[in-house]
Amino acid sequence: MSHESQRNIRCLVAKVGLDGHDRGAHVITRAFRDAGFEVIYSGLHKAPEEIVQAAVQEDVDVLGISILSGAHNTLVPKVVEGLEAYDAFDDTLIIVGGIVPDEDREGLEEAGVDAIFGPGTPMEETIEFIRENVTRRD
Amino acid sequence: MAAQDAPDLVDELLAGKHRALARAITRIENRSPGYRDLVAALYPHTGGADVIGITGSPGSGKSTLVDKIAKAYRDRGLTVGVIAVDPSSPFTGGAVLGDRIRMASTATDMDVFFRSMSARGSLGGLSTATADAVKALDAFGKDKIIIETVGAGQNEVDVVKTADTVAVLVPPSSGDDVQMLKAGILEIGDVFVVNKADLAGSDKTVTELKNMLDMREGEPGDWNPEVVETIANSGEGVTEFLDVLDAHTDWLDESGRRETKRHQRHAEELRNLLREDASELVEDELDARGGIDDLVERIDAGETTPYEVADDVVEPLADCLDQQRG
Repeated sequence: MSHESQRNIRCLVAKVGLDGHDRGAHVITRAFRDAGFEVIYSGLHKAPEEIVQAAVQEDVDVLGISILSGAHNTLVPKVVEGLEAYDAFDDTLIIVGGIVPDEDREGLEEAGVDAIFGPGTPMEETIEFIRENVTRRD
Repeated sequence: MAAQDAPDLVDELLAGKHRALARAITRIENRSPGYRDLVAALYPHTGGADVIGITGSPGSGKSTLVDKIAKAYRDRGLTVGVIAVDPSSPFTGGAVLGDRIRMASTATDMDVFFRSMSARGSLGGLSTATADAVKALDAFGKDKIIIETVGAGQNEVDVVKTADTVAVLVPPSSGDDVQMLKAGILEIGDVFVVNKADLAGSDKTVTELKNMLDMREGEPGDWNPEVVETIANSGEGVTEFLDVLDAHTDWLDESGRRETKRHQRHAEELRNLLREDASELVEDELDARGGIDDLVERIDAGETTPYEVADDVVEPLADCLDQQRG
């Protein structure tokens, strides 16, 4: 019997590191919610290990990392490494938002980030990117 | 990891792979093709966990309390699974699942498997999804499983009813004694928790709850629900709360009620599945008749009524079953 499956895009909005500004993350969370996503919000000041734990357990399609502290070059690879340890890297779309200098972009993309959205990116652009690039599961 | 067959997923889940457990819950939640085979394969491995349902109004402190009891269980060397349900938008189907934020005491401890779930309000079947997710955690080998859900309506009653032990959080000053007479959530509690007990009005709420419980007509040998006071933020009263949970677990085993509850749960699960399947059959029949809109247009035009159409659609099904029964 063919049961109608019900699938929503699941996304973890993660604040990693020491910066205490979550306004951007809140705005994104709400925009994703209004786009029909199921959004898990991590809360502030999370360690990479906590983000990995959440991403794996919640089985999210998308991991959105918001970093304003400048520590992205250290923190992002740690998250990627952790996801790899649980076989959760390949089919998780990783996007980064916040303040990322141009010269750091290439390095982050090489480390496994699928897209970087700087300040002023229209919300629709990010949502559209997720819809088009999310790995269809099951 | 590519899409994989249910047997592989089950093997990996039983072998303790977190990723497989997470993926299994996703399939259960999405009702992906083959999810029933998956749950069926998990069934023989279930029954080892104690399932605790925690409900209460928004902001009553459920998640903070869950964090504290998860930590207490971990300190005892037990493993923990949590299913936390948050509401979904009636407009977009989206949801913000924020219960994880409170889980500070057990952060990075992978032996606490915490899973947020959206109520996906309009799609129904929430209690089936949570009960099946609990089975996945149970088969994985979790000792204690907590279902946390915001308590307001019938949906939540159905969800927490699937637990062995039900705790209802009642914030201080939750209305007068008439509220306590209302049916539903207050009838299913095995333990009532007045959380934020440092706030004004908590003594009064405790008294009202106790009065409500005193007025109950119980059968001899029934469990007498208890009222405890906690301040989840500081951890005060959490030990007493755990003692009551343990006492209820012991009572379930000693009184034989665990079996009775299990039997009722199985009956409920079967009913839910049959309801789902039957409505699926009817949906197919509607499609075969050209879709629901045409039928409804005839109702709009006053040519017929919903009752007549329903009879008409179900009749062949009923006839067929009659013939089968001989």
